[in-house]
Amino acid sequence: MLSARLRPASYTTVSLWFLAVALAALLPADLHVTSLSPWADLRRLLDGLVRPEFVAVEAWSVVYTVAFAVIGVTLGAGAGFLLAIPFARFRSVRLVCACLRAVHELFWALLLMQVFGLSAATGILAIALPYAGICAKVYSEIIEEADLSALRVVPYGTGAVSAFVYARLPDVAASLRHYTLYRLECAMRSTLVLGFIGLPTMGFYLESAFRQGRYGEAGALLFVFYLLIGSRRLWVRARTVPVLIVASLLLLPKTVGSTEVWPSLVRFVTQQIVPSPLRQGALLDPATWSRLWAWTQPIVTQQILPGAAQTLVLAQIALVATAIGALVLFPLTSRRFAGRLGQPAGRVLLVVVRSTPEYMLAYVLLQNLGPSMLPAILALSIHNAGIVGYLMGRHADGLPYRPDAPTGLNLYAYETVPRLYGQFLAYLLYRWELILRESAIFGILGVATLGFYVDAAISELRIDVAVVLIAATVVLTLCVDALSRALRKALRIDTLPMRLSQPMVKGAGG
Amino acid sequence: MRNWVLGIVAAVVMAGPSRAADTPPFVFTGIPDQDESRLVERFGKVARYLQDKLGIPVKYIPVKNYPAAVTAFTNGQVQLAWFGGFTGVQARKAVPGSLAIAQGAEDAAFKTYFIANTKLGLDKAKDFPKETAGKTFTFGSRASTSGRLMPEHFIRQAFPGKTPEEVYSRVGFSGDHSRTIQLVQSGAFEVGAVDYSVWDLDSKAGKVDAAAVEVIWESPTFPDYQWTVRGDADATYGAGFTDKLQQALIAVKDPAILEPFGRSKFIAVTNDSYAPLVAVGKSTGLLD
Repeated sequence: MLSARLRPASYTTVSLWFLAVALAALLPADLHVTSLSPWADLRRLLDGLVRPEFVAVEAWSVVYTVAFAVIGVTLGAGAGFLLAIPFARFRSVRLVCACLRAVHELFWALLLMQVFGLSAATGILAIALPYAGICAKVYSEIIEEADLSALRVVPYGTGAVSAFVYARLPDVAASLRHYTLYRLECAMRSTLVLGFIGLPTMGFYLESAFRQGRYGEAGALLFVFYLLIGSRRLWVRARTVPVLIVASLLLLPKTVGSTEVWPSLVRFVTQQIVPSPLRQGALLDPATWSRLWAWTQPIVTQQILPGAAQTLVLAQIALVATAIGALVLFPLTSRRFAGRLGQPAGRVLLVVVRSTPEYMLAYVLLQNLGPSMLPAILALSIHNAGIVGYLMGRHADGLPYRPDAPTGLNLYAYETVPRLYGQFLAYLLYRWELILRESAIFGILGVATLGFYVDAAISELRIDVAVVLIAATVVLTLCVDALSRALRKALRIDTLPMRLSQPMVKGAGG
Repeated sequence: MRNWVLGIVAAVVMAGPSRAADTPPFVFTGIPDQDESRLVERFGKVARYLQDKLGIPVKYIPVKNYPAAVTAFTNGQVQLAWFGGFTGVQARKAVPGSLAIAQGAEDAAFKTYFIANTKLGLDKAKDFPKETAGKTFTFGSRASTSGRLMPEHFIRQAFPGKTPEEVYSRVGFSGDHSRTIQLVQSGAFEVGAVDYSVWDLDSKAGKVDAAAVEVIWESPTFPDYQWTVRGDADATYGAGFTDKLQQALIAVKDPAILEPFGRSKFIAVTNDSYAPLVAVGKSTGLLD
């Protein structure tokens, strides 16, 4: 229905609407730089980055980072693959997957920690659960998009499994492999973020180094991390995968002490997440339900509504900033604009930018610029502009140009951007949901988005409140996801490539 | 393929905590209230000391924030923790039967310092600095006693009917006390509430620039940090274990251990000593 009403939408209308909303969001947004000497701090930071101290890097943290990512993706992608088969047919499977992926890894970890403590299980499940939801969706899309011609010639009476394995899988295997490798890259970024809450990955040491201003150590850790991501195609190959999985299993960090998993799980399910009025009162007593109402009301009015508003304000500004950033950056990675020498340098820059988790970027900027929405906007837009800019650059080089095409700014403004604009919007609308999810998380760092209230609830040991707030972020994410899909349909850009890992479509956007 | 799946399942089972047949190692943690290097130093020494005294393996597990310390205590990952006054109250409420066994001699009458950037030109006074209203203000961690609970209590007392968010133009949570000092010193926040012992330790370490940040108010006293042990420790490590542990902590004489704590010695304490904090926690709405 929504898509029907939006049918006459044009690229310009949609772009202007997003721009207007972002400009309106700037009014309530808090953009002060409160630090008195941000440049001095940033200079010390850059100084550390160019003079990394490699001896300070804890080698085991590198091993754990890879191990968490490998096992998390193995489980997540495995479960995702199984879920992908019924995904298209059952609404309930789609809903479960949507909820799994709408909860950020960090929120998962905060909840899992209540049961599994600071252990490998917490880290692995915090990655595997949301990744199962994401992989199920993407795998099912890949399978749906696949060529059906092989399936049509399968003899009558072939079992569903055989048909799938022999006629469909070979066709989609490359795409699945490609996407799973991309997930591994994401998982390494996720493990880094999990370190910020106490798991012994490189993120643990990065947080300490940044917090105490040991920028040389931070620089070395980041450098090692970029190297890991940049070289992933060398060490993740068909032959090394079993070795990687087994080695990761053996090398996972041993849990210090032991958590009483079963009693903790029982307490978590039967007490901690049950709203406190229901925990104490009899369920048949009407007074219990009026207490539940009295408990819910302030959570909605004082936490969910302001938190959701701030989350949206941040997300909308960051989305438009990402768009502008991507338009500025993409020529850097296009051979036509940057030249034969400039293009590789531009690519390295954008790969580094995209490998840096936005959560860590926000953490560092908040430390240096002071607590306002500005660092969060910068972190989100730098990271996402890097991603979208990189992809746009690849599309720009894929365009067939006339021999007498203009050059420079004329080419950029009158030909390349207009021809790529649909593709550009497709990427942005796809990133919208992801930006929103991150915006909510940034609250943990002190920006008053939904995560801010989740952090407060966890600090006060009110897990029931935290769960209600996380559920609110899920609803918000699902709404934005639905709106994004409707818009893509209305703009007829829903068939263009959107995913980062997707192989190039020849002449896409032309 | 099937072997992989089996391997993964086996690994998850292994990765999940398994119950050892013999006595599990004794694990403790502490709230990360200040510079991490100082925490590593002090708790490393405590681990070695307790291992000698108790004759069982003792391990320290670092955590990144206050609620993580309480969670580790609640789900049984640690048996002992160096909690702040409020986190201790939270932990003992979540784990019935657990006991506060020792506090620093200074913790019986602990204080909060209100600190301000010298640019404000505020003088140190005896009464609550009401002229800070309208400035930017940072607490420490959300679950800190001297950095959140008590300062919030004093602010609410000084401005009846108002929350800190209504009194100050901006309210932040720095995460720990060392960070609070840094933020007020850099001017990111104009005023802050900080643990007096961390202020003293950081001053001694030369990390406080007296030209940029100053103490403007000393709060009335309240009980704070303590060692809290789980109630099931005797069942796991043998009868009389809790007493032995308490004696070991009180017997710490080595200044190399006490100095990084900023404490002169540890003394015996009971849960009841923290009743005032329970009352304050309830009145500020941080505790149910």
